[in-house]
Amino acid sequence: MTLLEAIIAIPIVAALAIAFGSPTRPTAMAAAAINLLLILMAFAQYDLSVEGVYQLAGSHPIITVPSVEQPGAQSILLGLSTGVDGISLVLLLLTGLVTLAAVWVSPAEDQIKGSKRLYYLSSLLISAGALGAFCSTDLFFFFAFHELALIPTFLMIGIFGSGPNRVRVAWKMTIYLGVGSMILLAGLVALFVALGGQSLQFGDLQGWANAPAAIASASLENGIFLTLLIGFGILVSLFPFHTWAPEAYATAPTPTAMLHAGVLKKFGLYGLIRIALPMLPNGAAHWQTLLLVLLVGNILYVGYVTMAQKRFDLMLGNSSVMHMGYAFLGIASLNVIGVQGAVLLMFAHGISIALLFALNGHLRKRFGTLEFDRIGGGLGKLLPTLGLLFGFAIMASIGLPGFANFAAEVMIFFGGFAGLYSQQEGIVIGPVQIATMCAIWGVVISAVYGLRAYRNLFMGPLPDSSKERKLVDLTLAERLPLILLIVALLVIGCAPGLLIKYLIPSIENISHLAG
Amino acid sequence: MPAYYLEIIVVVLGLTVLMVETFVSLRDKRSLGWLAILGLLVVLVLNFTVVETGGEGGNTPFWSFYVMDIPAQWFKGLALLATIFVILMSVDFSRVLSKGICPEVEDDGVDDCAENQVALSEFFALPIFICAGMMWMASAHHLVSIFVALETVTIGFYVIVAFMRRNVGSLEAGVKYLILGALSTGFLVYGFAWLFGVTGEMELGAIADALNAPDVHRTGALFAFALILIALCFKIGAVPFQIWIPDVYQGAPMPVTAFLSVGSKAAGFVILLRLLEPFMASEMLNANVTSVLVIIAAATILFGNLAALPQTNFKRLLAYSSVSHAGFLLMAVASAPAHPGVVSPVAAVSYYLAAYLMMTMLAFLIMNLIRVQRGDENLEAYKGLAKSSPFLAFAMLVAMASLAGVPLTAGFVGKFWVFVLALQEKHYYLVAFGVIGAAAGFYYYLKIVKSMYWDSPADAGSSAAVPVVVAWPTRIAIVLLVVGVFYFGVNPGALLSLFL
Repeated sequence: MTLLEAIIAIPIVAALAIAFGSPTRPTAMAAAAINLLLILMAFAQYDLSVEGVYQLAGSHPIITVPSVEQPGAQSILLGLSTGVDGISLVLLLLTGLVTLAAVWVSPAEDQIKGSKRLYYLSSLLISAGALGAFCSTDLFFFFAFHELALIPTFLMIGIFGSGPNRVRVAWKMTIYLGVGSMILLAGLVALFVALGGQSLQFGDLQGWANAPAAIASASLENGIFLTLLIGFGILVSLFPFHTWAPEAYATAPTPTAMLHAGVLKKFGLYGLIRIALPMLPNGAAHWQTLLLVLLVGNILYVGYVTMAQKRFDLMLGNSSVMHMGYAFLGIASLNVIGVQGAVLLMFAHGISIALLFALNGHLRKRFGTLEFDRIGGGLGKLLPTLGLLFGFAIMASIGLPGFANFAAEVMIFFGGFAGLYSQQEGIVIGPVQIATMCAIWGVVISAVYGLRAYRNLFMGPLPDSSKERKLVDLTLAERLPLILLIVALLVIGCAPGLLIKYLIPSIENISHLAG
Repeated sequence: MPAYYLEIIVVVLGLTVLMVETFVSLRDKRSLGWLAILGLLVVLVLNFTVVETGGEGGNTPFWSFYVMDIPAQWFKGLALLATIFVILMSVDFSRVLSKGICPEVEDDGVDDCAENQVALSEFFALPIFICAGMMWMASAHHLVSIFVALETVTIGFYVIVAFMRRNVGSLEAGVKYLILGALSTGFLVYGFAWLFGVTGEMELGAIADALNAPDVHRTGALFAFALILIALCFKIGAVPFQIWIPDVYQGAPMPVTAFLSVGSKAAGFVILLRLLEPFMASEMLNANVTSVLVIIAAATILFGNLAALPQTNFKRLLAYSSVSHAGFLLMAVASAPAHPGVVSPVAAVSYYLAAYLMMTMLAFLIMNLIRVQRGDENLEAYKGLAKSSPFLAFAMLVAMASLAGVPLTAGFVGKFWVFVLALQEKHYYLVAFGVIGAAAGFYYYLKIVKSMYWDSPADAGSSAAVPVVVAWPTRIAIVLLVVGVFYFGVNPGALLSLFL
């Protein structure tokens, strides 16, 4: 068993152990902590000098066929293959951190109404699905692992979700994601068939895609890319397929919201970078303008929607949709620095939104509501630690320098303006540049709603109703997971090179991207 | 050992069950069920040992009436497995069965009829005979043997569908099945007559050669195809010949519904694959045959999935679900490749049906327990099952996830290859229908999950709060099926490599 297989297996084994009676919280915590350590070990074992191959690879062939290239030999059609490059490694770290924090902030057993086992094992299964999807180098398992998380998410929202609408919200999310993943499946299968139908392994597929005229016709390539874009787009809440996300995150129990918004949603972006961009370069160029239009919808339209929210949880859900627009912008710029920024933003946003949802859970536990009007202001005096950590989280989400989000957004904007000036043509303002200008306005929007939320909750005079209430500030056990996430954001924010050095070779390896 | 000994052993087993019932006085006739299961298990093991039939005729003894190839062996295995599970369910179901057969008892009278377990042994023996018919069907390669095998199966089903003769629903189902079954038989024979008239042959290999000849009568051949297709669409429940499915499934006794849904469907598809092969191989007919199949597949997927959405009776819901799965299977049948790809339609259909057997039997085993112990087939009865019987609820969750096509279950792999085949043949619109159907499936399968996990029983303290008792053979079967659904979902090569 390779290191990566162990990383995927540990949460699944822990979930099984919990199902068969192992103590819930200790088992889940141990599994998440061991996994984070193993992921750090994977970073240590990763060899930066080797380029262009998946490292720490392992493979279990499941279906083999006679090889096309070497007559007489067998090649793998379908196999449980794992491997990482810099991109997946960064996302593994994100998953490890968020999983540990999510399990940590899960309520103690006696506070869970309903099956405690289901609560903890769902978090682990969602985490296993994300880890498997990021580690797989086989199209079949890449898709399969992500889908695995659908059922636990459905159950978590339906059983433990808050608010009167939980049934409707759970259905809405499941139907959206079900439709999205079926469209995605059709696109992935079409890609597999168009590239010869002989192998589902990423390495082989990429090899055939690199051959000239790999896909028979341009319209076929464009069609497949559009299918993938819609499929992945629904999973990442690309405008206008985003309406499932804010409500689902507002309703979901805290660990589920953290894992889904923080980690699982990044699967769609990862898929675009891993599969759609490198294997369908002409399709990407063909639909670039469409993607730009949609992502401006994410940033501006959803940005204004976010400003109008009266409830903190809905504001967070919408802001997470809005920030996906930046990640899409990095991808749509189709150059190396933009895609690097997109991956770094996936990491930064994943951590910061998980942090915010954890704080959201603490507020909900203390007030039973998340409406700004009903909570009132002035909590800074009563809950100083919560206020401090909340401040960090909001600043990170806005993209203040010093936090990883800033580094990521700046790189994305650099990517957006990369083609602005050329010596022959002078200044060229193309669609990417226009979209980037619109996106920069989004920074102002996020500052407005972020700071406004902070002011509404923590500044100003205390309303009379809160004075009599007994409010308990965060205990040490509640603080630690939040601090873990804030430290991660600060470290990467101050030294983004720590992660970027892993990203550069892997992203430069994607051919067809501008330098 | 020649392969056709398998069918002979199964028939002898069925007769033995009847003889034992007649001549041995048994305290509990359910032991006959165990005898039948044991016998079928032996045949299942033997099925793995016969690939080559040897002797005169090699793999096609009896003047090519019978072939033994990989698909034949595969479908014999499916038929045996399905029958084993059905008899296992019948053992659990025997209590309800006697209520459907025996007259109402006077207050002071002793219930002799139920006491003596009247007709229970026939309920075990008939599926065995049907199983023999299905096994023969898997090997039939000649119009006459196809017809005889098909009728053996159908006539057996006429009896067991209407088995609970005091239950109006069961009778209604029996009459509907009888009339429509007879009608479809008529179509089939008429189609066979035309096919013989056009080609002058009865053996499928010879028919294929004849249809490939340039001087074949095209209209006549297409007419024969249309008639045969109508008949087989009745059997597999494809639109527009699916009307009987919901009523018959809902009315028939639970084990029979499971048998219809799995066994009858598998048998229908093996015949369909065999009979379509000559038509698909003929260059002149291929385009027409394919386009008809594509339209039927699209309509079946759409109807099955959309009609399943509002159902509240679980059996009826699974009836529509079986229609939708027939649509997905037809998608593969319609995609016979011009250039053989990695996975052939036969392999995809065979795998899909094996997966379908596992997940559907899993669902029916649990439904059967609930039906017997709570007397209810509606979704209401499943509310709060996760609290009272977490094991059953989890197994049902696995079955539903697999039916919906959630990855890492066997059901997903089946859909995956169907999509691959359809896209290889560039049936893009058909794939779009498949996507819509599969997405709709998520809703109605998860509706059951929702009942089990979210909802609480309507009235607390009712029977719904009492844990369901699961006897150990049924428990073993459920565990095996759950493991099978996951194992073959992660490692499809274990089954598919047989065909590569």
